Amino acid sequence: MKLLIKGGRLLDPANGIDDQLDLLIEEGIVVAVGVGLNEDDAHILDVSNRLVVPGLIDIHVHLREPGYEYKEDVLSGTRAAVAGGFTSVACMPNTDPVNDNKTVTSYILQKAAEAGLANVFPVGAISKGLKGESLSEMGELGEAGCVAMSDDGRPVRDGEIMRRALEYASTFGLPVISHAEDLSLVSGGVMNDSFVATELGLKGIPWVAEDAMVARDVMLAEFTGARLHIAHVSTRGAVEIIRAAQKRGVMVTAEVTPHHFTLTDEAVRGYDTNAKMNPPLRSADDLAAIREGLADGTIGVIATDHAPHHRDEKNVEFNIALNGIVGLETALPLTLRLVDEGVLTLAEAIDRLSSGPARALGLHRGQLTAGHVADITVIDLDARWTLNAAQLQSKSKNTPFDGWSFKGAVSHTLVAGKLVFDRLEGRESIV
Amino acid sequence: MSFGHKHILGMDQLSADDITRILDTADSFKEISAREIKKVPTLRGKTIINIFFEASTRTRASFEIAEKRLSADTLNISASTSALVKGETLEDTARNLEAMHPDIIVMRHGHSGAPHYLAERCNFSVINAGDGAHEHPTQALLDLMTIRDKKGTIGGLTVAIVGDIAHSRVARSNIIALNTMGARVRLAGPRTLLPTGADRLGAEVFTDIKGALDGADVVMMLRIQQERQGSPLLPSNREYSRFFGLNPDNLQRAKEDAIVMHPGPMNRGVEIASSVADGPRNVILDQVENGVAVRMALLYLISGGEKMAE
Repeated sequence: MKLLIKGGRLLDPANGIDDQLDLLIEEGIVVAVGVGLNEDDAHILDVSNRLVVPGLIDIHVHLREPGYEYKEDVLSGTRAAVAGGFTSVACMPNTDPVNDNKTVTSYILQKAAEAGLANVFPVGAISKGLKGESLSEMGELGEAGCVAMSDDGRPVRDGEIMRRALEYASTFGLPVISHAEDLSLVSGGVMNDSFVATELGLKGIPWVAEDAMVARDVMLAEFTGARLHIAHVSTRGAVEIIRAAQKRGVMVTAEVTPHHFTLTDEAVRGYDTNAKMNPPLRSADDLAAIREGLADGTIGVIATDHAPHHRDEKNVEFNIALNGIVGLETALPLTLRLVDEGVLTLAEAIDRLSSGPARALGLHRGQLTAGHVADITVIDLDARWTLNAAQLQSKSKNTPFDGWSFKGAVSHTLVAGKLVFDRLEGRESIV
Repeated sequence: MSFGHKHILGMDQLSADDITRILDTADSFKEISAREIKKVPTLRGKTIINIFFEASTRTRASFEIAEKRLSADTLNISASTSALVKGETLEDTARNLEAMHPDIIVMRHGHSGAPHYLAERCNFSVINAGDGAHEHPTQALLDLMTIRDKKGTIGGLTVAIVGDIAHSRVARSNIIALNTMGARVRLAGPRTLLPTGADRLGAEVFTDIKGALDGADVVMMLRIQQERQGSPLLPSNREYSRFFGLNPDNLQRAKEDAIVMHPGPMNRGVEIASSVADGPRNVILDQVENGVAVRMALLYLISGGEKMAE
């Protein structure tokens, strides 16, 4: 079956393409890119006045299955993904049981295949049970389909374990994703250690908790020569440490979440538990540094840290609310705000959401020249809409952006040439 | 003129006029506690629930006495007997309380923001009797009343607050209230017990008790929690006492007529020497007495007191 995507503006940052170009897709693969393509026996998807970009890739999501299906499962999570324009997601291993063995990896991949929506790339645990004590069987996890290793949410405390994790993972060509936080410095904190915390009477998490661990892990990456990816950077210091390391040639990449480049710790006022995350929302100065890092490429990846939680886990006292927010369905519009504000060019924004993440994890996606998989996101840059959290595809509605007005929306999402989301249909539909 | 506040959640919501009005009202109520029949019918028919998720003797007793002297129907729920220890959420607690149609809930809670949570979701008035390390507004009000009693005014005075500023809701509320009333506030403590951005609180910050005491009109000592000793925050009570404890020697740096305050309970020999605690300058029991009057005033005002008076 052939599909002709016609009339749109193709933006493919990895290949420097930004032009009125049509795409011909056959058997899920881009077979031709050109001006005014015609193909008699192809279905036609008219995308006039739309932006056509490589399918967005979110390398940091929590799909919660197995174990926490009341928050999210692979089906609802990938529904949220395609509604947000993401054709691929990498899911973190802090499920129950933990994804530290090939059986769990296979289970997740089977659920993803049944859902038939976004590509799911599991991330395996660095350590067995996320305990930070002994390494998981990374070789077998890689064979089963894991694309990276991480103890996300449970930083590896022990330096020796982290060193060996980097060495061992690199044996199998797997990058290590570090949730960089010195928990002894977090010490029970629940928001950024700042004057806002003082005013609210909440215990703070100092920036040095992140900077110190980023510094350790970057040095370990330098020492071992292994590939390291720093998750959800939230501090100025972390950006600077990573920038300096990249200049020295250390193989370190980094991501930032839309909430960390959009909100500051001021959002916590009123004890809004949807402003509680880990790492916490930081100061205006950190936000500025993160935006600089995104613009100069130090931070090459925007990832959501999509963290669905049940209403009952958020509708409690701030201290005991769980960390995190859903992000898949708000990442693109929040990123487009950076374009409107002049922080990023449109090409840079799309790069940080597609080719950038593909590079960080070595995924063969994120570009749209002939021969590549036809994972495609079509965007209506002019669409104006207001977020109603109750209408999110995710099972969980924990977002601080409820009621926000946005410009720019996903109009179509295609995975391997198959239409999996059509905004006019309101939800996924199959051609 | 109506009071205009349904809830008392923190000192940040009260203007200087509000505070003056509360203190004036408290002055007029103080006399009731000195009568032989210590009861007026002001809040007859009102239901007040005191719900304390943290242990408290002084504050809870003070509220209960204030309520009873105003003839309100009162009920006490404490953490050890509440459903919360059985795993009930604050939301469910709030719903159940609401179903009993109380007029006022007085709440103490270990988590900052818990009274705000209740106030946002319920119809009754909420008085914050202390939330986490955030605020303890009725303590600040009784402190202001005591200062005004003893000094005649609050504006222009120099008030030194010494101790565990970082974890103290008493300090938070007092710093805000004293600033609102135009006092000069000084804070002193080891850096481990000073909060982030202490210098932005509207106070001069000292890491030495002596400088903070120099020429002070009021010295407010804070309690050192037992669990601080030996934690990363504080090596020992002994050392704390040596460098930050109030004793007859360093008290001489304060003005001759300076008063010494403490929210209680005191650790004698730690933050305050017994000789100072029992000395002529201490107004600690005046604070306790004023606590009842201030709480009567607040209960009266947020119940729409002015209307009742007419």
